[in-house]
Amino acid sequence: MTTPLRLVSPTPSHHADMPAHIPELARRVRRHALHMTNRGGSSHIGSVLSMADIVAVLYGGILRLDAADPQWPDRDRFILSKGHAGAGIYAALAECGYLDVRQLDTHCQDGSLLSGHISHKAIPGVELSTGSLGHGLSVGAGMALGAKLDACEHRVFVLLSDGECDEGSTWEAVLFAAHHRLDRLVAIVDYNKIQSLDTVENTLALEPFAAKWKSFGWSVREVDGHDHVALWHALSDIPASANLPTCVLAHTTKGMGVSFMENSVLWHYRTARAEEFDAALRELDSR
Amino acid sequence: MRESFVRALTALAESDPRIFLITGDLGFGVLTEFAERHPKQFLNAGVAEQNMTGVATGLALHGRIVFTYSIANFPTLRCLEQIRNDACYHDANVKIIAIGGGFSYGTLGVSHHATEDLAILRALPQITVVAPGDLWEAAEAAKAIAYAPGTAYLRLDKTAAPDTRRPNESFQLGRARRLREGQDLTLIATGGILGVALAAADELGVRGVACRVLSMHTVKPLDADAVLGAARETGGILTIEEHTIHGGLGGAIAETCMEAGIVPGVFARVGLRADFSSTVGSQAYLRARYGLDASSIAARALALVGRAN
Repeated sequence: MTTPLRLVSPTPSHHADMPAHIPELARRVRRHALHMTNRGGSSHIGSVLSMADIVAVLYGGILRLDAADPQWPDRDRFILSKGHAGAGIYAALAECGYLDVRQLDTHCQDGSLLSGHISHKAIPGVELSTGSLGHGLSVGAGMALGAKLDACEHRVFVLLSDGECDEGSTWEAVLFAAHHRLDRLVAIVDYNKIQSLDTVENTLALEPFAAKWKSFGWSVREVDGHDHVALWHALSDIPASANLPTCVLAHTTKGMGVSFMENSVLWHYRTARAEEFDAALRELDSR
Repeated sequence: MRESFVRALTALAESDPRIFLITGDLGFGVLTEFAERHPKQFLNAGVAEQNMTGVATGLALHGRIVFTYSIANFPTLRCLEQIRNDACYHDANVKIIAIGGGFSYGTLGVSHHATEDLAILRALPQITVVAPGDLWEAAEAAKAIAYAPGTAYLRLDKTAAPDTRRPNESFQLGRARRLREGQDLTLIATGGILGVALAAADELGVRGVACRVLSMHTVKPLDADAVLGAARETGGILTIEEHTIHGGLGGAIAETCMEAGIVPGVFARVGLRADFSSTVGSQAYLRARYGLDASSIAARALALVGRAN
């Protein structure tokens, strides 16, 4: 077993350049998630692979955190609103020293605390339990409002799926955050264009998506959600515009990193077993 | 009742900067004083109850004690999942206030009849459910839920019983108040209909049936001692709620008795048995229509104790 990377730091990061360890963290998040979903017979590996690079950039240096003091009041808050991809966050937290990496083996097993949809109970480092879509941005807005009222320095990052932008509650929060000028709030959308049963386009089209966020009063950055350097720069100077909440629209590929899972609706729910698992692992290891 | 609540909350906000009130665009005139005196502790979230409840949770996790305010079913059923997953599961200090319990807004139609809220909210884990019976209970309940850790639901009624406070009495969540003594039957009421229950008890007294009357302001956690005491020490129990009979106060009391193996001599539930009330009218009209007025309750009680004329 490899040693955890233990990357997070309470020191504000002023790197102009992206830390070199981010690609390795992304690789490990993908690898852990593949193992976890295989062992647990659980779904959503495609969703984890889609967001893995975003998660690696966040936990690799953007988020100001202290693994030794998970409740440190000035920490940045991170909410995984697309809670079905919880395996990816558990993996990142383990690599950052919040959990024992071996605990990842219990994911979705009988008696485990590591549920398929992310839960905060007894898991240090998880701010919010989610799993029902359309909840995270409102709670993040409340946290950002509190930070603003108390002139706190910390930021609130919420990672959403594109599918959960079907939820009316998401747009309630979008309205609210802009109205209250919550400039310490960042919504990152993992925009892989595939939802549970079909493409976003065939289900409930979101385009023109960036224009929607802009028209609601957000500052929008569009970025390649697998380009670590681009993500690093998009997330480094927040707010993107003074007094506005920031939306980072991260264009991603569902299933990224395993060729036969990429852009496939199938891998929203399917579990990689036997030969599929071995082939996926080989691909991830060769990256 | 809402004025008593708002007065208590306004005073609380004065001494505790953690108190925060969010309205879902309702409370015209009623919340003005709070908003003017505590502008940094007040926010109108607009007509968006799901977001209001999520924001309340986020603020609560930041350290505030957050009250959400709206009418009838809007702050509860409309955003039930936010209450369950966000507020309750995180033990967040979110205190949900619904004004217009039962048929308070009787003329406004089914959308504004809050007649299943107690049952639905009571089913959630990690929540306190309170329906005060008079103005004193409403003000005391506001203070009590503010400092009871975690999520709470406070159902306020347009009507209230005449002041029931006794000298030096202190209010305790989860502790029923015994307002009348009598051994023939116990009337147990929750919410503003307490006043009707007391009137029914008076009527029954005249007819020679002496009733114990309990104000069960806290539906969850239920005061099991008071319930079992009534079952043991009096002729039986009649529960009274302006709410469906399915899963509310009467249901909770029945469960408590059955599980303890202490069966009341007689038992019945006064509450709503019909479907939606498409018929509208004043709260008094609808209470009478559905057998929730004092004389209907007294008649029910008389029949229950075998004294029907």
